[in-house]
Amino acid sequence: MSQLSDLYQEMILDHNKSPRNFGTLPGANHQALGHNPLCGDQLTVYARVEDGVIREVSFIGKGCAISKASASLMTEALKGKSEGDAELLFTKFHDLLTGPPDVKADGKGLGKLAVFSGVREFPVRVKCATLAWHTLRQALAGSPTVASTEGGDPEAGG
Amino acid sequence: MSATTPATTKPGAAAGDIAAHRSDFPILSRQVHGKPLVYLDSANTTQKPEAVLERMDRYYRDENANIHRGTHLLSELATAAYEGAREKVRSFLNARSTREIVFVRGTTEAINLVASSYGQGFVKAGDEILITGMEHHSNIVPWQLLCQRTGAVLKVVPIDDRGELVLEEYERLLSERTKLVSLVHVSNALGTVNPVKRVIDLAHARNVPVLVDGAQSAPHLPVDVAALDCDFFAFSGHKIYGPTGAGALYAKEKWLEAMPPYQGGGDMIASVSFEKTTYNELPYKFEAGTSNIAGGVGLGAAVDYLRELGLDAVAAHEHDLLAYGTERLLEIPGLTLVGTAREKAGVLSFVMDEIHPHDIGTILDREGVAIRTGHHCAQPVMTRYGLPATARASLGLYNTRADLDALVAGLGRVRELFGR
Repeated sequence: MSQLSDLYQEMILDHNKSPRNFGTLPGANHQALGHNPLCGDQLTVYARVEDGVIREVSFIGKGCAISKASASLMTEALKGKSEGDAELLFTKFHDLLTGPPDVKADGKGLGKLAVFSGVREFPVRVKCATLAWHTLRQALAGSPTVASTEGGDPEAGG
Repeated sequence: MSATTPATTKPGAAAGDIAAHRSDFPILSRQVHGKPLVYLDSANTTQKPEAVLERMDRYYRDENANIHRGTHLLSELATAAYEGAREKVRSFLNARSTREIVFVRGTTEAINLVASSYGQGFVKAGDEILITGMEHHSNIVPWQLLCQRTGAVLKVVPIDDRGELVLEEYERLLSERTKLVSLVHVSNALGTVNPVKRVIDLAHARNVPVLVDGAQSAPHLPVDVAALDCDFFAFSGHKIYGPTGAGALYAKEKWLEAMPPYQGGGDMIASVSFEKTTYNELPYKFEAGTSNIAGGVGLGAAVDYLRELGLDAVAAHEHDLLAYGTERLLEIPGLTLVGTAREKAGVLSFVMDEIHPHDIGTILDREGVAIRTGHHCAQPVMTRYGLPATARASLGLYNTRADLDALVAGLGRVRELFGR
């Protein structure tokens, strides 16, 4: 029971219910569509990047509480970060999710994202928590693979 | 081996007694996350009774050898066990002859076999294959591959909001171009029992053969291929309380005679030279290589087990559970059943307002309740209802009303956690 509330922390339930930066992003110069075929979740992540700095980031889509809250908290965490810092943050976040379940997670440097520390006890849910991040990376890389299904060149206008 | 087994289903146990057989399944006494296991995922795979486990164990301990080729005692025993299982399957389906029973890995391989061999022999550019809007991916993709190879066209009979076939559309789509109708008997995603007899009669009136995907019907309903008059019937052992990797394709002899082999190799030949190879008699022409012998033997034991209980009694028991589960689930605010056909078997698919099925599955798991969440390998069905996924509780003969009460209690916990 305690493990369930480790996963579904208040902040996660709140961001699931009222996701932040939820919507398309006018002026976005990067976007990508991410898909988790296992559960049918789909997210589109939009970003406006100037001089290597993520000025704005938003998302739309359907997903479980974990993937929606993760996307929402990611958009908050990345605003104003350089692309390099975003990559470092993702590495830290990924380590938080996939560390050994019997070791208490160290959320240092992750800020609010540390709220996902409970996910490591639910290995099948790691993909839910990382979907938005993988999609963002794809958007920043300008990879056209999935993004092309949205009909726009992710690099267009950039 | 079991020539005395009657062709029709025995009366077996009364519906009320079926749940008493729960104790035949060792795994059901284990706990998960410190809670008693409530297994509601039988449409995915069923648990195995002691009789099946014991039979497979005994095969490997006392009888293991390769079949059809040994001169020694063990090979004779293994062959007798495997061919005995084929006879059990023949009798289970009421096929005319064991020549019509091809052992395969499961339903998926059975359908691929037909798509490949029947396709090679009988399907050409411009022909049509007719399936329905409620098929499992395994009854979609093999036909798409065939269409890509041959230039044939795949046509789909739509389903309505309840999850029933639109028969008028089916009749409209049947034409002289139709080379095969392939449809699911019981939908794994919706639970719909299709009127296959009517579908077959309509197809036969136009000389079109029909394949019935019986993966979800074989565990829940008595199946009689002679009465149905279907041309092909496919099912999986692991969904009828047998092992994974062992299933069967029933096919009318006239088709198996006319179809080219599926795979080449040992056992499927009569003689081989570099100039000319002649194929073995039926059904071995379609069974290249060493088969899953222990799996086949286990499948035979599963068939015996089910028939001893009686599929009519199993069906009645599960029907009672389905009615009870439907009633209890509909008491939950915000819950919508997906698949409300008038004839259903074994499946309760649902969604809850704003709560994603994946979250439902995780929370239920911690309560000991195992269900499946996702698209159930039937993405076109999800698209039909505009859903990314559903939660699905599915029934087996070992389930009880208490299992469904545990599901409902677990869903209460889901609502509590999500504050609804």
